[in-house]
Amino acid sequence: MAPERIDLAVIGGGPAGLAAAIAARAAGVERVVVLEREAEAGGIPRHCGHPPFGWAEFRRILTGPTYARRIAARASASGVDIRCNHTVVQLGPAGELACRNAEGAVTLAAKRVVLATGARETPRSALLATGDRPLGVLNTGALQSLVYLEGLVPFRRPVIVGTELVSYSAILTARRAGIRPVAMIDAGPGPIARWPCAVFPRLLGIPVHYGAEVADIRGRPRVEAVDVRCGDGSRHTLACDGVLFTGGFVPAAELVRQSPLALDPLAGGPVVDQYGRCTDPAYFAAGNLLRPVETAGWSYREGTAVGRLAALDLQGRLPAPDAECTLEIAAGDGLKYALPQRIVLPWRGADGLPGLQLRVRRAITGLLTILAGNRQLYQRRVSVRPERRLIVPLDGLDLPDRAGRLQVGFQG
Amino acid sequence: MTEIREMAAADLFDVAIIGGGVVGCAVARRFTLEGARTVLLERAPDILAGASKGNSALLHTGFDAPTGSLELACVRDGYAEYREICGRLGLSVLETGAAVVAWTDAEVAKLEGIVAQAHANGVDEVRAIDADELLAREPALSPAAKAAVLVPGEHVIDPWSTPLAYIRQAVENGAVLLRNAGVTAAGFDGAHWRLATTAGEVRAAAVVNCAGLWGDRVATLLLGQSAYAIHPRKGQFVVFDKAAAGLLRTTILPVPTERTKGVVVARTIYGNVLVGPTAEEQDDRERATTDSETLHQLIGQAGRIVPGLADMPVTAVYAGLRPATERKEYRIASDPDRRVIDVGGIRSTGLTAALGIARHVHGLYQAFGTAHRPIADPVWPVVPNLAEHRPRDWEAEGSGEIVCHCELVTGREIAAALTGPVPAGDWGGLKRRTRAGMGRCQGFYCTARLARLTEGRLAEPLAVGPAHHGP
Ligand SMILES: Cc1cc2nc3c(=O)[nH]c(=O)nc-3n(C[C@H](O)[C@H](O)[C@H](O)COP(=O)(O)OP(=O)(O)OC[C@H]3O[C@@H](n4cnc5c(N)ncnc54)[C@H](O)[C@@H]3O)c2cc1C
Ligand SMILES: Cc1cc2nc3c(=O)[nH]c(=O)nc-3n(C[C@H](O)[C@H](O)[C@H](O)COP(=O)(O)OP(=O)(O)OC[C@H]3O[C@@H](n4cnc5c(N)ncnc54)[C@H](O)[C@@H]3O)c2cc1C
Repeated sequence: MAPERIDLAVIGGGPAGLAAAIAARAAGVERVVVLEREAEAGGIPRHCGHPPFGWAEFRRILTGPTYARRIAARASASGVDIRCNHTVVQLGPAGELACRNAEGAVTLAAKRVVLATGARETPRSALLATGDRPLGVLNTGALQSLVYLEGLVPFRRPVIVGTELVSYSAILTARRAGIRPVAMIDAGPGPIARWPCAVFPRLLGIPVHYGAEVADIRGRPRVEAVDVRCGDGSRHTLACDGVLFTGGFVPAAELVRQSPLALDPLAGGPVVDQYGRCTDPAYFAAGNLLRPVETAGWSYREGTAVGRLAALDLQGRLPAPDAECTLEIAAGDGLKYALPQRIVLPWRGADGLPGLQLRVRRAITGLLTILAGNRQLYQRRVSVRPERRLIVPLDGLDLPDRAGRLQVGFQG
Repeated sequence: MTEIREMAAADLFDVAIIGGGVVGCAVARRFTLEGARTVLLERAPDILAGASKGNSALLHTGFDAPTGSLELACVRDGYAEYREICGRLGLSVLETGAAVVAWTDAEVAKLEGIVAQAHANGVDEVRAIDADELLAREPALSPAAKAAVLVPGEHVIDPWSTPLAYIRQAVENGAVLLRNAGVTAAGFDGAHWRLATTAGEVRAAAVVNCAGLWGDRVATLLLGQSAYAIHPRKGQFVVFDKAAAGLLRTTILPVPTERTKGVVVARTIYGNVLVGPTAEEQDDRERATTDSETLHQLIGQAGRIVPGLADMPVTAVYAGLRPATERKEYRIASDPDRRVIDVGGIRSTGLTAALGIARHVHGLYQAFGTAHRPIADPVWPVVPNLAEHRPRDWEAEGSGEIVCHCELVTGREIAAALTGPVPAGDWGGLKRRTRAGMGRCQGFYCTARLARLTEGRLAEPLAVGPAHHGP
């Protein structure tokens, strides 16, 4: 069967994908289709039953599910064709997408594609955790969808592992559902997400242990206990009926990994230029697929920007990518990743993404430096922690005018 | 269920098989097809609760088995019968072949002996190849490889659908499968066995002990003593993302040592690549734990063999326990006076050998003097295909909702696994029948839906109860 032809296909109906679709429609793109594998659009916020979502988009503080419904409704109202229960299974060259829905296989030929498949947490297996493999070991995403989508709980007295923002949101979910965590532990010396979150477990009477990691998970068929190893080498047994591994976000980049598109091992998502464009220029990407991890609001804004850029590209108004005039950006010392991974010259001002997005692996104070060869383009003393994003505006920089490499990293 | 129990209690079976591992399932199939009234007793809520739930899934040719051993005979017979029947049962073979790769000069020196042994074992197509041929066949392999022995017939199968197909063929041809039926006591009155189980009493004229990791315990229940003691030997594995499958065609085997076949790198029939198993002695027959340190070592080892695996994402980790005894060989023995056949110590080739073991055991049983008429035209059930290289349900027209996105498991596959002649008894059983929850996200996206779909169906539910909406 001949593939259905459309102008823009968006893969993933979360905040980033819906925003990209809305922006493309607003910029005059005719046939915009969102392909979403779940029965409803909205992405992760569908099962984050707590505020604050939606301030930037609606000037209101909403819960996740309400926010998800509002952005999906906004997309439909702007003429976006949202197709739920559509799973994209393969990315073909030049925007040819293999999908399947309840009826069978479908092929779409899209002039442009925006990838917006989001991010998820690292499961226990990939963390290489020690112990039995009983029931009751989950990530926050599973907990939240159980509680908010099905009204069920997988445990009543879990140990929570991690102190990222999402870990505190897990505590909120637990509280809502009548779950009483027995402890919160983190291998680091202090909480990853700080005030005001970090005071929050204590207020609820949940003991928090830093410098502590899971040494053993025991139980059959359900979790019965967790052994925790503390920084001083001591081991403690916590009786519990579950383990919640929170955070450790990774982009949901499996489609990219199995396609010819280049993947950035640092950010974990596709390599993009300042227009959000992948190494096959029919593909763009936005949202938490690009990196772990930003808020819904950030993903929405990024989706809006990339949707508009894809529309401009359809109108022939983006510079064509050209290896001869591409700056590769190398994230160096202290950095977890740098985004975008390449810049297509000439730099045309803040047309594209708002500059270089950087994150550090661990808290660092030093001279953040950008070098082109031996030439220093930027230097500033910064003190930053891993949960904070750094943005370096590229606009004022005296970028080279030929292909090359920009080295970004900390000195001193 | 109660109905079956009452019937079982009232009935006298020709044979009771204790243990629903791959060996027990294959034995139940053979006895049923031979016309015996067969019951299989499994103490867990589902089959495959012991050694058979975690193995390397290789279909062995027997090239490296001890020449002249019963193990070799059973592996050869099992291999041949598997290839003959697999298509009719909906099972398949991922034709990978295997290469025993030498990384040191000392290992190179052993290759000749490996070829000689293979030929002595009747595996004639085995031959030595040099590094150039090996690397041409496996370009992603580390160039440090020095030479290899190619075993063209050593393939990969589905370790879970295989025993399921065997027990289903048994059940659909009249065998009775009792789960949650652990044998706790046994008495022989000179003609019949009375087996006390956690699901009531079962009577049978003969008993086959296929209790695997508990084989010595069950032998002691039956015969007052056991000729062997089980010493569980754990094997841990790491399963890599499906993106790794493109790196490898052939299963990479190490040059074996006296003690173990060693760590392999192999594709799985589900489209992943695995590395493992380790060989770790332990006393515990239940806990097959994974540990962080060993898993890291396995990943390191995989990366030295196939460099592209070094930073491949990990999908799953698992461990299995081999029912090893003090000796390497199978411990199969018949006691015609008490009409017991003990099938012990099926250590590390049982997945392949099961069909061969079943024929051998049936042969021993015939010496008891009871004759049955084989089923003339048996039913051949077809198990759902989980192999990635063949069409899966999600590709079929009208296959409806997808529940597990990573493994593309459909709602109707889940529904089918929860019903039918041998429905999933627990969460592990559902995973093994469908692959739900076994992909990269390990349940991040699908746990909620699965908890709903399986409510009231599994021995231990995914969710412990409703959320009490608090503040
Ligand atoms: C457990 C958890 C809790 C979080 N809590 C918060 C919070 O409280 N506040 C906050 O601001 N952020 C939170 N986040 C961050 C979250 O990632 C962002 O809020 C936001 O959802 C990112 O939007 P997105 O569009 O990039 O991705 P997502 O919201 O993840 O949307 C991706 C969509 O793509 C679909 N999809 C994926 N693959 C395919 C495919 N092959 N075919 C078709 N469709 C596909 C998915 O079904 C999904 O709907 C949380 C994240 C997680 C994992
Ligand atoms: C790490 C590893 C890798 C392997 N790789 C391969 C391979 O690649 N290829 C291959 O061919 N083989 C392989 N094997 C070997 C194969 O898995 C085993 O030989 C096989 O699983 C043994 O099966 P079994 O039925 O004898 O025992 P088990 O699987 O242990 O089955 C015994 C069953 O009996 C039940 N039971 C116990 N006590 C009682 C009781 N009192 N009443 C009722 N039921 C009871 C148990 O619950 C269990 O289900 C491997 C094994 C391991 C561990």
